[in-house]
Amino acid sequence: MENKLINITLKVWRQRGPKTKGAFETYKLDGVSVDSSFLEMLDMLNEKLISERKEPVVFDHDCREGICGMCSLYINGHPHGPDEDITTCQLHMRKFKDGETITIEPWRSHGFPIIRDLMVNRTAFDKIMQAGGYVSVNTGGFAEANAIPIPKRIADEAMDSASCIGCGACVAACKNGSAMLFVSAKVSQLALLPQGKKEGARRAKAMVAKMDELGFGNCTNTGACEAECPKNISITNIARLNREFLSAKFKD
Amino acid sequence: MTTNNEKNKIDSKVPQGPLAEKWTEYKAHQKLVNPANKRRLDIIVVGTGLAGASAAATLGELGFNVKNFCIQDSPRRAHSIAAQGGINAAKNYQNDGDSVYRLFYDTIKGGDYRARESNVYRLAEVSNNIIDQCVAQGVPFAREYGGSLANRSFGGAQVSRTFYAKGQTGQQLLLGAYSALSRQAQKGSVKLYTRYEMLDLVIIDGKARGIIARNLVSGKTERFSAHAVVIASGGYGNTFFLSTNAMGSNGSAVMQIYRKGAYFANPCYAQIHPTCIPVHGENQSKLTLMSESLRNDGRIWVPKKKEDAEAIRTGKLKPTQIKEEDRDYYLERRYPAFGNLVPRDVASRAAKERCDAGYGVGPTGLAVYLDFSEPIQRLGRDVVEARYGNLFQMYYKIVDENPYETPMMIYPAIHYTMGGIWVDYELQTSIPGCFCIGEANYSDHGANRLGASALMQGLADGYFVLPYTIQNYLAGEISTPRFSTDLPEFNDAEKGVQERIDRLMKIQGKRSVDSLHKELGLVMWEYVGMGRTKETLEKAIVEIKRIKKEFWSDVFIPGDGKDQNTELEKAIRLADFLEIGDLMARDGLLREESCGGHFRLEYQTSDGEALRNDEKFSYVSCWKYKGEDQEPEMLKEDLNYEFTKVQQRNYK
Ligand SMILES: Cc1cc2nc3c(=O)[nH]c(=O)nc-3n(C[C@H](O)[C@H](O)[C@H](O)COP(=O)(O)OP(=O)(O)OC[C@H]3O[C@@H](n4cnc5c(N)ncnc54)[C@H](O)[C@@H]3O)c2cc1C
Ligand code: SF4
Ligand code: FES
Repeated sequence: MENKLINITLKVWRQRGPKTKGAFETYKLDGVSVDSSFLEMLDMLNEKLISERKEPVVFDHDCREGICGMCSLYINGHPHGPDEDITTCQLHMRKFKDGETITIEPWRSHGFPIIRDLMVNRTAFDKIMQAGGYVSVNTGGFAEANAIPIPKRIADEAMDSASCIGCGACVAACKNGSAMLFVSAKVSQLALLPQGKKEGARRAKAMVAKMDELGFGNCTNTGACEAECPKNISITNIARLNREFLSAKFKD
Repeated sequence: MTTNNEKNKIDSKVPQGPLAEKWTEYKAHQKLVNPANKRRLDIIVVGTGLAGASAAATLGELGFNVKNFCIQDSPRRAHSIAAQGGINAAKNYQNDGDSVYRLFYDTIKGGDYRARESNVYRLAEVSNNIIDQCVAQGVPFAREYGGSLANRSFGGAQVSRTFYAKGQTGQQLLLGAYSALSRQAQKGSVKLYTRYEMLDLVIIDGKARGIIARNLVSGKTERFSAHAVVIASGGYGNTFFLSTNAMGSNGSAVMQIYRKGAYFANPCYAQIHPTCIPVHGENQSKLTLMSESLRNDGRIWVPKKKEDAEAIRTGKLKPTQIKEEDRDYYLERRYPAFGNLVPRDVASRAAKERCDAGYGVGPTGLAVYLDFSEPIQRLGRDVVEARYGNLFQMYYKIVDENPYETPMMIYPAIHYTMGGIWVDYELQTSIPGCFCIGEANYSDHGANRLGASALMQGLADGYFVLPYTIQNYLAGEISTPRFSTDLPEFNDAEKGVQERIDRLMKIQGKRSVDSLHKELGLVMWEYVGMGRTKETLEKAIVEIKRIKKEFWSDVFIPGDGKDQNTELEKAIRLADFLEIGDLMARDGLLREESCGGHFRLEYQTSDGEALRNDEKFSYVSCWKYKGEDQEPEMLKEDLNYEFTKVQQRNYK
């Protein structure tokens, strides 16, 4: 912690509603502590706007510790900003220089329409999950937890895939607006585990079909998603998804 | 034994019989609803955290029609997602002497003998089912090389009974519940209402029959009817402004039902978590928890000499330069049996005690060290990284210091609220047809919650308890047709909500919502925090009244009340936090003893431990709303310990 203060200029996307035209507004913000988080900096901006009796910038956030996936923001051309392996809420102002101009935009993608300012609608992800992102088991209909041993390596690998926070940065980063990384993470997690394996092919097919239906683009293996994913979800998941998907096709 | 305190009419509806048989007996004799009738019954569930999501999914599976609400854009983002450390269960996989009884006993003792025995026993009883259920859903719990499930130990227990998924246990459990919920959404038995906020409960003929909720995108209020309403809205820790809770966590749903007649129990029991990242400055918006699991291996210390602490604070010395013999591992010193694993309240107070005495570190002196150099030497960096890697990364990103090389700095912060809506054995509030589950209710944790027990309680309530007990109520509702939301009760409730919003929007004063909330937070931390006295609590009541007046006369909310408005959302929540703050102080004032998270400086043993007064205070305080600006009334549910011997807690 160093307690230094910096002055910055912000170019923020403001848009009243889904159908209205948006534009960048420029704001100057002085005396930002480098120890504060990026969202705390936006709080400061909003306090300033409110003191000028203006409406604050609307953005999504909740846990502010990188786990809920609620925060988004395209900062200086990167989903979740310039730092690696973190979400916007974990980004700190020490990553920026005194006098710097910071551009802040919403996720821009066909699958995520803008609601207002920096807030977008990501219900499409919920719909994809509803199409098959689960093991079909009812409460109470289970075996003893230790009945099926699962090698540590497999459990760890499933855990890595399960780390996806559903933020949508992968979609925002992709020039095709594809949701393949998100979908593949869930498909892989469940395909790796004996509990989820049985429905693997059906699940992959249903989730991919839903993704296509909702207007997400095709995956052309650019790898942009993996590079911007705050949780290090690997594109090897996409390869596994393709295998599951092919086996589903095969069975048809 | 049915605890029926005639005078105050608090009926906990605890079934007769021996402790270990109560739940089985209850289930054997309760009323059920047959499948055809289930389809005709609507249930509103407010909240999609572990409690709400598991309840909504299970009720949907059973065939009820469920309407499930949350503030976030997706059910998966509920605050439960942030839980790190783990979930308890009495599986005894480690063969270290665990049992249902021991988990029950530890929870009662950890709660400082202020919880209801029968509920806690049931919680311990169903804990094992939770693990089975989650594994079946594909929750990737940590495993041993042999393929069996791994465990770690947590504060307040001498056995290893905590199941975990890296440092992301809450995330994985919630995603499990969310996937079950998604499956029901697909089937159509659950309808999801995301970005909706409940603003009032609708009561018809004395029974809960619906809610008024605000669509947070359109800004419009809407009406929803049901045969029963379940509140699973989480805790009220954000009364303190700075807490480990998510920004949207709030106590509003709870206050709405309190104002409609549900008792608010033990409001003063709030938990301060010992291992959070210290405050960095004025613009701080929340505090980040470092999981308690770190205390498994990490060792807590401050310098033995004041001059060393002083030199560290001014940057002249680094912690790594302090020699082993000059470090005071004060928890190991004071509590040799439990050491760094004492319960949270004990660890928090001990940290405050050291800092107040002038041994604190960090720029503000309000921090102690959590050191991993010894485990890194003993186990190797790889093992430490495998166990805590993501937590270390989180710390590094926030503080910009590497915990592999220099000790972490930690300080206590408000984290969890044991108090909440009073519920009976069936998890029903004092309003018929209104149930309350998860952190929002008061049950199970007494005056202090043990680590890894909130996840257990949320899922126990949602998967295994409520889906049974609510049927005992709904069985009497099968001939009640669906309600029209045109009924006058809905009209009145919606009008009330609109009036409150209009009143807020009309103030057009000078203060921002956050500035007032921060002011409330400081009052809470100073006067209703870790060490309370009669004087501080009385002062808090006066101060909160002042802030409340200022709020209602000088708050400024920009924008339109009938449009999307994030400042209005915050203002509505702050109005309720102000009421909760007042209740917390009042409750703390009446409770002239120290127990668990409620520490009154006047009541402590000669060596600074909490001093309970069982003769006078072995009860649940149940606050009853009496109208705006009226003093609430306090009713008592007496606690009778039939199956445990009540003792002074001792972790030495
Ligand atoms: C950082 C952190 C770490 C933790 N780690 C652990 C741990 O390791 N082990 C453990 O056992 N416990 C842990 N806890 C505690 C535990 O996470 C919580 O107590 C528990 O998850 C609460 O679950 P819940 O379902 O009751 O509520 P929440 O998860 O808080 O969910 C509340 C839900 O209610 C909704 N809601 C609230 N108000 C309204 C309204 N008015 N209208 C509509 N919807 C509303 C929200 O949108 C949300 O969906 C931790 C807590 C924190 C803060
Ligand atoms: S795959 Fe990564 S970027 Fe995509 S939603 Fe999941 S966490 Fe976010
Ligand atoms: S606010 Fe939760 S991940 Fe950023």
